[in-house]
Amino acid sequence: MSMKGTQAKRPFNRTRLKNQFLNIVKNPFNMIVFISLIILFCLIVIPLLQMVASTFTASGSKKELKRIGVGAGEFTLYYWRYILISNMASATLWVPLKNSLVIGAFTVLVSVPLGSILGWLMVRTDIPGKKLLGMLVVIPYMIPSWCKALSWLAVFRNATSGANGFLAGLGIPIPDWLAYGHVAIILCMSLHYYAFSYINVSSALRSINSELEEMGEICGASKPQILKSITLPLVLPSILSSIIMTLSKSIGTYGVAANLGNRIGFYTLATKMKVFINDGPQSVGYAMSLVLIALAALIIFSNQRIIGVRKSYATIGGKGGRSTEMKLGRAKSPLMVFLMVFLLLAMVMPMFVLVMETFQVTTGNGYGPDNLTLYNWIGTVDQAEKYTNYPGIFKNPEFMISMWNTIRLTFIASAITALCGQFLGYISTRGRGKWYGAMTEQLVFVPYLMSGVAFSTMYCAMFWRPHLGGLIPSLYGTFTLIVLTSVVKHFPFASRSGTANMMQIAVELEEAADINGASFWRRMRSIVLPLAKNGFITGFMLTFISIAKELDLIIIMMDKKTQTMSYLAFTYSQEGYNQMADAISVCVLFFILICYIIANRFGADIGKSW
Amino acid sequence: MSRIELININKYYGDNHVLKDLNLTIEDGDFMTLLGPSGCGKTTTLRVISGLERPQGGVMLIDGKEAINAENAFYLEPSKRGLNLVFQSYALWPHMTVRQNIAFGLKIQKLSRAEVDKRVGEALRMMRIEEYVDRYPNELSGGQQQRVAIARAVASNPKLLLLDEPLSNLDARLRIDMRSELQRLHRDLGMTIIYVTHDQVEALTMSTRIALFKEGELSQVSTPVELYMNPIDLRAADFIGNPRINLLEGKAERLADGALKVHSALGDHVFARQDLTDEAIPSGVFEVVIAMRPEQVQIQREASPDALPVTVYANQPAGSETLVSLQAGQSDFLAKVLGLAHFEINQTVYVKIAPDNINVYNAETTRLIKRARVE
Repeated sequence: MSMKGTQAKRPFNRTRLKNQFLNIVKNPFNMIVFISLIILFCLIVIPLLQMVASTFTASGSKKELKRIGVGAGEFTLYYWRYILISNMASATLWVPLKNSLVIGAFTVLVSVPLGSILGWLMVRTDIPGKKLLGMLVVIPYMIPSWCKALSWLAVFRNATSGANGFLAGLGIPIPDWLAYGHVAIILCMSLHYYAFSYINVSSALRSINSELEEMGEICGASKPQILKSITLPLVLPSILSSIIMTLSKSIGTYGVAANLGNRIGFYTLATKMKVFINDGPQSVGYAMSLVLIALAALIIFSNQRIIGVRKSYATIGGKGGRSTEMKLGRAKSPLMVFLMVFLLLAMVMPMFVLVMETFQVTTGNGYGPDNLTLYNWIGTVDQAEKYTNYPGIFKNPEFMISMWNTIRLTFIASAITALCGQFLGYISTRGRGKWYGAMTEQLVFVPYLMSGVAFSTMYCAMFWRPHLGGLIPSLYGTFTLIVLTSVVKHFPFASRSGTANMMQIAVELEEAADINGASFWRRMRSIVLPLAKNGFITGFMLTFISIAKELDLIIIMMDKKTQTMSYLAFTYSQEGYNQMADAISVCVLFFILICYIIANRFGADIGKSW
Repeated sequence: MSRIELININKYYGDNHVLKDLNLTIEDGDFMTLLGPSGCGKTTTLRVISGLERPQGGVMLIDGKEAINAENAFYLEPSKRGLNLVFQSYALWPHMTVRQNIAFGLKIQKLSRAEVDKRVGEALRMMRIEEYVDRYPNELSGGQQQRVAIARAVASNPKLLLLDEPLSNLDARLRIDMRSELQRLHRDLGMTIIYVTHDQVEALTMSTRIALFKEGELSQVSTPVELYMNPIDLRAADFIGNPRINLLEGKAERLADGALKVHSALGDHVFARQDLTDEAIPSGVFEVVIAMRPEQVQIQREASPDALPVTVYANQPAGSETLVSLQAGQSDFLAKVLGLAHFEINQTVYVKIAPDNINVYNAETTRLIKRARVE
């Protein structure tokens, strides 16, 4: 707080000092802020610094150290040279980086127009069956992106990776460039990340008063002219911010790229990084992860500049007002066809093929009775036809463990995350305009900059050995670490929902209690908690779903003991047990759909989930 | 019963100096209104008194006892100041019924159950909202919520009641009802009330005293009549009164006997020395601004020796009153006539203005130099 000038003049005053100290200490809020800041610092800043440090510190086997040329623990530029200028640099960094950027750019090109058009159709036109369509359009987004990759494989897989998929089975030759690599990854991601643009644009459109458009009509503008000169400029900010979000997300995505790229040696930055984390030298992986973080930070800071523009628009749309629909007229049928094709391609067909594949003996061999089996679900090893050495998933203890792990992880992690989110939201709303509020907001935002793989890499680097003389034990390979990683990674989202929740609780409600003599804890118990309850449940459900979907974030930390369903599906798919992988995906999908239905009951808005 | 003294209060938000060396004493039993346009520091003053804001400088005494001593970083907790506050937004707890809202503070004071019930009942009866006792705030209209908020504040028997623009969210009719309600409340409970508003009518109708704020400073503290009749400077004059006060340019000169001679479109006036304020009067001829309330301009249709001929510019009959725009030479001003009156546009009429009711301001310093007489 500024006491400029006045403070400097004041002589030393014991009572003042004592009172100032008491004012701070006697207020529990200050203590909570203090402790939270320390925890955030330990969980976010220190791991990041640790990872930066390890890219400059020599480590590894004797042979490795000999190559680096300095002793273990000494300063070295070896790792950075390795990825930036050595003769390995091209294969390690530049080619995967180029792949990532190309994929990001094309995903934006496909998904943003797709999502924006869908949003416009749903909000502003008289397209029939809006209610049902509105629900169907977001379903593809509920499907985890790695599940989409598996369904893509189920449809397009060819002999290159062992077993034929649906189309290859019909005798249609599928070239590798379609089944795997760039095209496959871009299309899969587009069918996932269109949701960002859909959600952003449709909510922007909803907030624009349609009188603005009607005024254009009165001035004599045609429908395309109105769209071009009135509607589009008004939603442009939200389109720009969707572009940024899609770009930063798609560059860091692991699951899709790994499923569709690894088997033909196609690597993005995220998948290549994982190779180094697994096989060493790990510090090279860390350095790549820093490149990934820098890239995301760059993109997101440009987003913040754009958001500055966006705020100036918010006042126009703020009123909402009534909305009249644009008559589509003759364009109705082609647009309906477009919607149907989208739903068919994004949802019906892949889901159908995915589910059917779980019943097939040989994938791509048609759905004749001799090729159908329940083996993948409930078979036992002795019934194994062909070369499967796993029993059907419901008879497979591995699957049972992974299911238990998934449920355990999602419940524990999302409960903790939602709780922390409310707390952090409380601190940042009540500290708005004060240094600690701003600091909390910034610290909490950091995990958002990191893609899932980069973030968990950082945590592995941090916790693979004990710290502070054993005060923080080595958590490597433990379930605790997975929970911790999931919690901290979801901080930005959880605290955003916590902030929104706390914003609804006017400060005056607390002040009124304060004047009536309620202590801080009493205010929390009687005023804030009861009012925050609903927001907390929504926040919990949304975090829950997003953790249940998660693969990228925890993939590095998984082993046989701690693996979740998504990881098991990923492993099976990599090992070529496609039907098993599909069956697990179907279970995950089922789990997520149930969660969505429950969340909707509590009034959660899917648009707010990640 | 409570006497509040604010001594050299300074409050900053960042680099923004919102209260500048504020000195204000609120006497026991006063209905003190803090009046001013938005952003002038009146709500901040109220929040400083309540304890929700901590000023960086100054002292506040409640009944002679220190509640704030910024020098020592001493700030008495809000709940220990014996006051209660009605928020502009009412701040009713939405998850509690009317009864629970009112009882909350009493329960914290650890009063017995019977006592809590008794006090809640009294407060409900006083605000005439007994039938809503088990409703939730969102099941009440704005006016009812307002009453609940006041009931909650008075249930704890505060010595000092703070009200932050409590009527601004009500419609015009309810506002008039609540004004008389608050006046009764002040009289019946006898507590000191500090009331924040930007609405001069509220201030003039209810208060015993008004503190007029200007950009974090007090420009005038006086009774409503005095504030209306003799605003201390041109800004205050312009702010108080609806329709606006008439301001006319003129020239003035001090006469040998201490009287002030003023020349304007209204003709020549000489004001006796006893009507002048303590403001320094420049020597020689200087610019002044003459101010008079529209209702003090009397219009007659026939010429008379003491009346000034003027032209009717526009005529706005509005039922209970008629506003007439007039032109005298280059100056124009407004007259307010009670009831319906009709004047033709461009008609010549004759106006009379009692010199006793005129205010004269020094145009350069904008300060009042000649007072109106208050009966």
